[in-house]
Amino acid sequence: MSTRTPPAPAAPTSAPPATSTAASRPKLPRWAPWAVFAAAAVAAFLVGRLTSPNLALLVIYTVVLGTVVLYVVSRVVEGPRKATDRLVTSVVYSAFGIAMVPLLSLVYEVTRRGAERLDGEFLNSSLVGITGEGGGAYHAIMGTLIITALTTLISVPIGLLTAIYLVEYGNGRLKKAITFLVDVMTGIPSIVAGLFAYALFALFLGPGIRLGIAGAVALSVLMIPVVVRSAEEVLKLVPNELREAAYALGVPRWRTIVKVVLPTAVAGLGAGITLAIARVIGETAPLLITVGITNATNLDPFDSRMATLPVYAYYQLTQPGVPPEFAIDRAWTAALILIILVMGLNVVARLISRFFAPKNSR
Amino acid sequence: MAKRIDVSDLDIYYGNFKAVEGVNLSIEPRSITALIGPSGCGKSTFLRALNRMHEVIPGARVEGKVVIEGQDLYGADVDPVDVRRQIGMVFQRPNPFPTMSIYDNVAAGIRLNNKKMKKADLDDLVERSLRGANLWNEVKDRLDRPGSGLSGGQQQRLCIARAIAVEPDVLLMDEPCSALDPISTLAIEDLMAELKERFTIVIVTHNMQQAARVSEQTGFFNLNGVGQPGRLIEFNPTEKIFSNPEMKATEDYISGRFG
Amino acid sequence: MTTTSSPTTPAGRPKQRPGDRVFAGSAKGAGILILVILAGVAAFLVTESLPALTAPADEIPGGEGLIAYVAPLIFGTLLAAALAILVATPLGVAIALFITNYAPRRLAQVLGYLVDLLVAIPSIVYGFWGIYWLAPKLVPLFQWLEQHLGFIPLFAGPASATGRTMFTAGLVLAVMILPIVSAISREVFLQVPALHREAALALGATRWEMIRMAVLPYGKSGIIGGAMLGLGRALGETLAIALVLSVSGGITFNLIGTGNPSTIAANIALQFPESTGIDVNTLIASGLALFVITLAVNVLARWVVNRRADFSGAN
Repeated sequence: MSTRTPPAPAAPTSAPPATSTAASRPKLPRWAPWAVFAAAAVAAFLVGRLTSPNLALLVIYTVVLGTVVLYVVSRVVEGPRKATDRLVTSVVYSAFGIAMVPLLSLVYEVTRRGAERLDGEFLNSSLVGITGEGGGAYHAIMGTLIITALTTLISVPIGLLTAIYLVEYGNGRLKKAITFLVDVMTGIPSIVAGLFAYALFALFLGPGIRLGIAGAVALSVLMIPVVVRSAEEVLKLVPNELREAAYALGVPRWRTIVKVVLPTAVAGLGAGITLAIARVIGETAPLLITVGITNATNLDPFDSRMATLPVYAYYQLTQPGVPPEFAIDRAWTAALILIILVMGLNVVARLISRFFAPKNSR
Repeated sequence: MAKRIDVSDLDIYYGNFKAVEGVNLSIEPRSITALIGPSGCGKSTFLRALNRMHEVIPGARVEGKVVIEGQDLYGADVDPVDVRRQIGMVFQRPNPFPTMSIYDNVAAGIRLNNKKMKKADLDDLVERSLRGANLWNEVKDRLDRPGSGLSGGQQQRLCIARAIAVEPDVLLMDEPCSALDPISTLAIEDLMAELKERFTIVIVTHNMQQAARVSEQTGFFNLNGVGQPGRLIEFNPTEKIFSNPEMKATEDYISGRFG
Repeated sequence: MTTTSSPTTPAGRPKQRPGDRVFAGSAKGAGILILVILAGVAAFLVTESLPALTAPADEIPGGEGLIAYVAPLIFGTLLAAALAILVATPLGVAIALFITNYAPRRLAQVLGYLVDLLVAIPSIVYGFWGIYWLAPKLVPLFQWLEQHLGFIPLFAGPASATGRTMFTAGLVLAVMILPIVSAISREVFLQVPALHREAALALGATRWEMIRMAVLPYGKSGIIGGAMLGLGRALGETLAIALVLSVSGGITFNLIGTGNPSTIAANIALQFPESTGIDVNTLIASGLALFVITLAVNVLARWVVNRRADFSGAN
């Protein structure tokens, strides 16, 4: 049997006890859907060779043709109810296949184009004096790391303490208000967070200000609610029995939280914070308007513009200069590094939650 | 060490709900006092009021007096945290700290309160407490292993070791055997018989045989109906309670006619 | 001689330890700080947009006043987000169904994780992908649409040769919010009581009938809430649109043409670096409008999702 069928459904024969009414009706064999889609693929291929040999179109033809044929055959043999079931199954499988297309193509495209300039020079040099070939993103990588570190430094204490307040102390109206506003804060558009930080710093330092710390403040507005949410979930999972055990030993409440509750939750907290960092490390819009861009290396977030990786990628792509191809290559490599950072942080989060989880036998 | 507890006119509330009403009793030092009664009669609530654990629950409060050797636990300048250092507690389900080793669990009362102690002294204290809880021989080779790796009965003895390591005057036990198998239960009961030489012990139990086996005094709690506060019906020497109770309700409960 | 204490404070705590007071205080302070930050966001946006609100019409970029400047932006924002939500909701629900009801259990976990990864990819990377991968591939589709469906105003054309149209922007946004929609739907579908499902199956329902009878009704408000949260994200999305959309001109429903209205967020990102004076205030005023719109959508979404939590009886 041909297996060219791409997101083709695995035989949906497991739909269980449809037997009560359908028992009298004949059923299609298990291999029927496979056979139908294989045939559809062959047909699509033959037709496609006559018109346009576009792989995407072939796949679409196959799926549509296969779905229709399967529906008709099933309707004739098994009746309308079973046919509808098969139709929906095909649709659901195709929907999932469609959703995988952007993910795979995106990763593939960025890797292919970005790998070109992923070299030592890119990691070790800035853009000072570069007009064409060469150059790198050292300054932007360092800028991203510094600003992200600052953001983490601001957000984690505030977020963690707020979560502790909500879980351990909070009651009544203030708790409700904070919970609600954290939800609201989660929905603040990143560009608005950028405008806020700009407006805040412009008020004190005059208009047109661009500072690394302003970027960190903007990102913190985005990161704090994420930290609060995840920390809150994790702290709620710590069993009350442990708190009571500590109280019964005559441990004051704050020590119980610091020495018992937080260590018990450390895996979840670590994972949550790492994911929150991953969320903000790729943010472009707020940095675009608060930190700006520069070609030279500036490692001082309290002094003028800094370069950051996402903004660097943005400008290299939109204002490449002449000839454009070198800057565009650099933009893709910056995007690749961003993806690597984000995926890396995701993996780290998984590892943290696996290895730091309390070894519990129960 | 091992102090006497006098309770007078104690009412316990959850918010506006009166859970326990008008308790008067005296608990002798160096003895085991058992509290029995049907579910929801307030015996656990009463127990938690003895070391001010009750008020950990938001809205919970207490009226009346609990006096330990002349000191009123609910006096105006008494710190509940200090009370709990004086009166240890063991819970229904074993709850060792999952992030800590066996050693650290026993030392938790010292470490968490940031008391400075020489390593040798601490080693000594841990060994003494584990021996006191009849657990030393089973765990002495794996003190650095997580406490949650032990069996349920061992975990409960670890929790007892943890409680006695801070050298309290009184030990409260809230159904300490209800989550354990019979053999582990026996081990804990033997342990209690040894511990009463040094501590005043109050135990809440659902198991009347257990109360009869281990205690000198027994208190029977009951409530008139759902939504009514629980009351102390009878407080007498265990022998009397189980052979010749004063109150009809006690007799009904003990003979299994209800509850 | 009774010790009484007010019911509001945990019984009689005459003396609080300094450690406890400091710690509880700072936790509470952090919570209050969040209130302050949010109030600050609103306050600063209002202050900084005041000059634009009061300025004479001819000083606003475009020369026709603030309303005329912001209106097409709001239109573009809503149009792009609406397109995204139209595409993403059915897809997201289908993915959630696939993961919860169709895929084998072990596979489902991995797939769920893959979909979640889509959330983590930075929006600028979506922009890159949109321009270089998606847009060129859509050009033949646009030409076909113009030829065959040109009588519908949406596809009036002339078809863009670069593919950087509202249609493309909507698709990119749809991909970006897909994981949000599917994650929330998935969560709700997983909470459908096994009893409901088994009851449907025991009546002899096929899998689809079971889903229609038990899963979808139960998960309805979750789907709506998830879609609205996705909408909130789509409204505020900046860089992907700024990169993908080729902007020129005002309000039009033509999805595949060369002239497209910009969105608020993208417009700010594009104009802000080169703006000074009243232009900055105008941009901030448009940001304020965006803030209000997303706020309304998010509050509504939370309300829908939470209402389900109250009535689900799952706890």
